[in-house]
Formats: sequence, C-alpha cells, structure tokens
Amino acid sequence: MGKVTVATVWLDGCSGCHMSLIDMDERLIELAEHIEVVYSPLVDRKDYPDSVDVAIVEGAVSTDEDEAKIKKIRTHTKVLVALGDCAVDANVPAMRNPIKVQDVMDRGYTDPETVALQPQIPTENLPRLLPYVRPMHEVVDVDVFVQGCPPSADTIYYVITELLAGRQPDLNQMTRPGA
Amino acid sequence: MAVRSRIKTLKIDGRDVSGHEDESILDIARENNIYIPTLCQLDGLSIVGACRLCLVEVQGWRKLVPACATYIEEGMEVFTNTERLQNYRRMILELLFSEGNHICAICVSNGNCELQDLAQKLGMDHVRFPNLQPVRTVDMTHERFVVDRNRCVLCARCVRVCDEIEGAHTWDIKGRGVDARVIPDLDIDWGDSPTCTSCGKCVNVCPTGALVVKGQPSGEMIKRQEFLVYLSEIREARNG
Repeated sequence: MGKVTVATVWLDGCSGCHMSLIDMDERLIELAEHIEVVYSPLVDRKDYPDSVDVAIVEGAVSTDEDEAKIKKIRTHTKVLVALGDCAVDANVPAMRNPIKVQDVMDRGYTDPETVALQPQIPTENLPRLLPYVRPMHEVVDVDVFVQGCPPSADTIYYVITELLAGRQPDLNQMTRPGA
Repeated sequence: MAVRSRIKTLKIDGRDVSGHEDESILDIARENNIYIPTLCQLDGLSIVGACRLCLVEVQGWRKLVPACATYIEEGMEVFTNTERLQNYRRMILELLFSEGNHICAICVSNGNCELQDLAQKLGMDHVRFPNLQPVRTVDMTHERFVVDRNRCVLCARCVRVCDEIEGAHTWDIKGRGVDARVIPDLDIDWGDSPTCTSCGKCVNVCPTGALVVKGQPSGEMIKRQEFLVYLSEIREARNG
C-alpha cells in the first residue's frame, strides 16, 4: 500500500497553526514514513492535486480566492480537517465582520492616519475581500474540527495518527477554543 | 437553627437520594457528586434560571426543567445527562457563541473562563449557527474596570451581586433578545456612575471576559469568588 497523501493549506490565518505542525519536531520523521505531503506552503507545488486523502486547512474564508480554493479542495479531498480557531470559528479575522468592507479597505490603504505614502486601493492581483469572514464549515463540509489558537503539536500529531489508524479523532480532552 | 422542612426521597440517574423539600434538584445532585452544568447559577446569589444549561428530564413530566430552580418532590425520577439533554446543552452553548463575539484567543480570561470550560466539557467542537455579527460596545470609562459587552452571556450575575450583596444596584439589563445588554444605572458611562462603589464584586462573579480588571494581559484575568458564599452567609445569619 502506498503512502497516505496529505495536503496542508493556509487561508486567512497567521500561519501559527503551520508553526504548530512543524513543532511536532522528530515526530515528523516518523510520520513521513506513512504520509506524503503533496501540497502545502512548505512544498513547491502550484496546483492542488486531483485526489488527496487528507487536507489539513488553517485559516478562515475571507476572500473570493479563499472561497474558490476551499471549494476546489473539498472536491478533490477525502477527509477535510479544519485546523485551528480561524478555520473552526473564524476567530480573529472575523473581528472585521461588524465593519463594512469599504471602511476596512480605506483604513488599510487610504486613511492618512495609517498610510503615509501613495494612498490607493489596489485593484489588481489581490483577492477581493468577502463581505463577511466565515468559518470553513459554512462554505464546505468539514470532517474534523480541531480547535485551538493554535492547536498544540500534540493535538495535531494525535489527529494525524488517529486518521492514519482509520479512526475519527475525539478531541474533547485534547483542545478547546483559544487553547 | 430553625426547624428544617420535610425530607423527600427521589432518584437521580438511577441513584436513591434524599434532601429537604426546600432544596433544588441541583442542590441534591451536587451533594451526591452528580455533575449538572451551570452558568448563571452561583452559590450565594439568588436563582434566575437564565442560562438553561442545567435543564434536566423528570420521568412523567413533559417539559424539561432547570435543576437550579426546581424543588425536589417525593418519588421523582430525574435524569441529568441523557443524549437529548447533551444535544440541547451543546445547542445552547453554540447559540451563546453565535450571538456574541467570543474570540477566546485574544481574551484576558482565556484559560480562566466558565463559558470556554463548558464548551470543552460539553463537547462543543464547532458552532453550527452563523454568527450574528452583533455590534456591541466596550466601556472603559471606569478607573479600574472594563465592561466588554462582546463577551457577555447575560447571566445577570453582576446584576444580582451588585443588588443582593453590595446593595448598590448599579447594573441592570436593558433591551430584549439580541439587543439585551448590561448597563450601569440608567445607561450611562460606567465611569460616571454615582451608585457604583468600585467594589469589583461584579468583575469577580462574571463567568467570562465581559467584566475585567483594566490592563490585564491576554489570559491572565483570574476571578475570585470565594468571598461570595461567606458574605451571603453572614448576611443571612444577621437577618435571622
């Protein structure tokens, strides 16, 4: 039997969950005997593969690009893991939700209080902000929810090894929102 | 001590237990180390039955009842942790989360929060309802304390402790449904309140990061509630 293919994805998050993933340290070497990372910010591959066994996705859905990405990932993935509070409940990125998108853009790109040079709203090559930042499960079906900001390396290791053993991870005692 | 009331016998989760007729299902459950989740209830304060997390099933009763606000009855059979109750409790928590802006990661009460603890204890691994994105206010006008209404669950502990223990009655709840919020006096800035004694009791009984001491780093706001039972017992003794 071949290795289990794994993708890791970074949507609207701080990459802290990926840091936590790397924080598994030498256990990564052990996992590498069973899994093959086929797509990730840590792997040089541009397009999402046609078929992936497990996708571990960090971050909330904030832009049209995030939305298109997560929909494509869902179609080509067997098990989708929402990794961390941004993916599970939109967390810090969702703090812009009570504010209008235009006001968010103005604050970031044209407000003299925050922008000193060349105030302008970018129109090209940047993903468009959606009206609301949403947790992943409001856009696609999610199979495993891993709370935590970020979830600990132990939690992530547990999730991966449980999935490898063909079990649904029971995370109740392992993590919590904000942990 | 005055003559106590009658003794009643009942079953909780199949166990034979007994208590005085003026005790609640929650009292008896706790005496027997049977866990029933609570949020608005706090020993030393009056009972309001606001959060509904302590709902239990009673054999032959059609409605679920709050354990904190229901007296025991002779022969009653109580079930505290059925699948139906677990589902409802998770749903109540999810509704509380979806109705506010509870972002645990950046909260001063992270790690010391009763709402967060309940989410873990009752197995809430995500919120199935869309967040209502309410616009709620933060009042930092008080010299020492902050009220962050984004994190308020409307348990009314602050209202009760201020009224019943401190005797100031600075806090109240204004508005209904999703617009309900805690207000000092007649909805003025907390710092301008002529009734607030700055005792900090409301801060210490608040189960979440809604009422906190100013200038706390994230995750370092620890509440102290030991004083409450002590104070209410003294008061009770003095009033006979």
